[in-house]
Amino acid sequence: MNAPIHSKNLLPTFDQRHLDHLEEEAIFILREVAAAFERPALLFSSGKDSCVVLRLAEKAFKTRIAADGSGNEFKGRLPFPLLHVDTGHNFPEVIAFRDQLVQANGERLIVAHMDESIKNGTVRLAHPLESRNGHQTVTLLEAIEQHRFDVLIGGARRDEEKARAKERIFSHRDSFGQWQPKEQRPELWTLFNTRIRPGEHMRAFPISNWTELDVWLYLARENIPLPSLYYSHQRAVIRRKGLLVPLTAVTPPEAGETVSTATVRFRTVGDMTCTCPVESLAASATDIVAETLTVTVSERGATRMDDRTSEASMERRKKEGYF
Amino acid sequence: MSAVLNKLVHQQDIDTHHRALRFLTAGSVDDGKSTLIGRLLYDSRAILADQLDTLEKRAAGQPIDLSLLTDGLEAEREQGIRIDVAYRYFATKSRKFIIADAPGHEQYTRNMVTAAAGSDAAVVLVDITKLDCSVGAVQLLPQTRRHSLLAHLLRVPSIVFAVNKLDAVAEPGPAFAAVSKALHAFAAQAGIEVTAIVPVSALRGDNVTQPPGDDWAAWYPGPSLLQVLESLPGVQERVEGQLLLPVQYVAREPGEQSEGAGNQPRTLWGRIAHGQVQAGDEIQILPSGQTAIVTGLRRAGATVEHCVAGESAGLLLDRQLDVSRGDWIVTPGSARLTQSFDATLAWLDTEPAVAGRKYWLRHGNRWVQARIAAIEHRMDIHSLQAQAAIQLNVNEIGRVRIETQSALPVEPYAENRIAGSLIVVDPATNRTSGALLVSQGH
Repeated sequence: MNAPIHSKNLLPTFDQRHLDHLEEEAIFILREVAAAFERPALLFSSGKDSCVVLRLAEKAFKTRIAADGSGNEFKGRLPFPLLHVDTGHNFPEVIAFRDQLVQANGERLIVAHMDESIKNGTVRLAHPLESRNGHQTVTLLEAIEQHRFDVLIGGARRDEEKARAKERIFSHRDSFGQWQPKEQRPELWTLFNTRIRPGEHMRAFPISNWTELDVWLYLARENIPLPSLYYSHQRAVIRRKGLLVPLTAVTPPEAGETVSTATVRFRTVGDMTCTCPVESLAASATDIVAETLTVTVSERGATRMDDRTSEASMERRKKEGYF
Repeated sequence: MSAVLNKLVHQQDIDTHHRALRFLTAGSVDDGKSTLIGRLLYDSRAILADQLDTLEKRAAGQPIDLSLLTDGLEAEREQGIRIDVAYRYFATKSRKFIIADAPGHEQYTRNMVTAAAGSDAAVVLVDITKLDCSVGAVQLLPQTRRHSLLAHLLRVPSIVFAVNKLDAVAEPGPAFAAVSKALHAFAAQAGIEVTAIVPVSALRGDNVTQPPGDDWAAWYPGPSLLQVLESLPGVQERVEGQLLLPVQYVAREPGEQSEGAGNQPRTLWGRIAHGQVQAGDEIQILPSGQTAIVTGLRRAGATVEHCVAGESAGLLLDRQLDVSRGDWIVTPGSARLTQSFDATLAWLDTEPAVAGRKYWLRHGNRWVQARIAAIEHRMDIHSLQAQAAIQLNVNEIGRVRIETQSALPVEPYAENRIAGSLIVVDPATNRTSGALLVSQGH
């Protein structure tokens, strides 16, 4: 477990003014999306990065109002819908959070269900409990085609993983939804080249230049709500190969394994079959900032079973159209 | 400490210091650039345990190779090359940094142009072990000249030389003094303002993030490379004087639908290129020339009193005007529109730039058709000598005259980055083919 947290005095001493500039840049990119494309959608998983992007979009397109207790802080409407690719393996807390959020803010939510893709035969699982993470691409590309989206806004950051360090802010996808490393356009100043042909689309990443620490600092500063599993709670887990595997219907213990209770939080929310929590007492975004400053394991390494298979696994998935 | 750096260190209250400093790193394959970046990340604890695990596994008992930290794509690892600009992040207590890491050989100019656009500083690596420091006047390597000339040509505001591998020379003090002298002489001749020359050993970590050890104290008292980076100013466009704002997005005011769709008040959003704006100001829309009074200002979801260069402002006007994305909002009478200008063109596309051919240009938020009316010359990036040319190939830089289909309020890049920069897009492929830095409107 990480060092005990003494975060009360931490935030005021930490220079956060760079967040204003990161916010400025992200809002600029979001307005660029709305202005330059016909049919955008914001990828919203309820994960912390997409919660930050949603808040930035609200600031870009809506007007802040006095809090009325409804959980809604803005008037107006985003010029695009939210899109959630639901693997069917989401933690129930995450779905509940998502539904409550759109109820409060009045935004349009489109859910693309992987179960539909499975039913239609476009996704074939090797076995029923297989991780559905890699299959999200199929359901996502089906949703793009069905709704004729020409740009998807995502919460990916360049610091997450090595393959993302070269990702553009506006990333071009061909008519098969594929990312070609050599076809990416040089990005000069903020003169984004948003020209695409029919059938092609773009991904836009407004928080490309944020680090995990920046995200937590911003969540704390802006008081942005997150699904409860981001914060410390008691959970039944199985200790497996250095990871804490949460006990769920789709991740039962294997023969010889025992289930124990641990005080944990999740660092990412994703498919239940491949998302693991870390032991932590951090109960607020501020606590997590304190932890992030001393943390020794990068976000994807500690919590994603599927990324462990190969150093290059992200790059492969990206070429296949993963977000 | 150079006079320039001295000035900077004593301006610590510069308002841009809380903005992330974006700098590019320029160096050739063996200059130790990857090790230097690895060192900055490692010493600032931007490297995490599982990444270190991977490195340790690969090192197989040998000392960790920090240069592997900046490895990017699988395809590159297989070929042992790097194909594009990668962005790295680290932060100190006082500042966030973004490194635009331009790989050193293939497609060098293309990558460096991309990394330089929007960078506040360039760190040019000089490998001292490749230089003969025993002679009176040290002969710099061609790549050092090329990298600094490119950074200068692309108007990167601060240029820092990091003289690397001082651990590997017998007499580091005199060697560093000799190289510094040569760098100053070269810079003076090329018209480059040197921000700092810093000795380092990226491999050992000397003077990168930590001050130099006792053995260096006699000939180099500091600052460390990181101290230099912490002190550099970020780019701030001018706040005084006339307003220039490219309209990015026109939004209908939320929640006031009652007035009817055609008559809703609209907010004109755009990031201010230079100057400032406040309620009550009279403004003019270009190209239409109509004028109006600003009745209200918004910024990031809130109402504000006034906005300055670099900020995205939302303007409400006292009358309904025909305004769309791509228009400019200016102080009335202040902007000059032109359909012809001279510029430096850095060509990035494997398809050469051809005079007479039509391209798309993006200036501010406007796309216009344009043609390269003339290629005045090509610049030799080793010497900056002008050579006659009829086309520009990939990785070449030249001086061109551009003619546009409609009039634009261009300004010299040296005076304003937003009004002075354009991208060139090939209408056949949609590829970003070139970068234009305006030198003079006609």
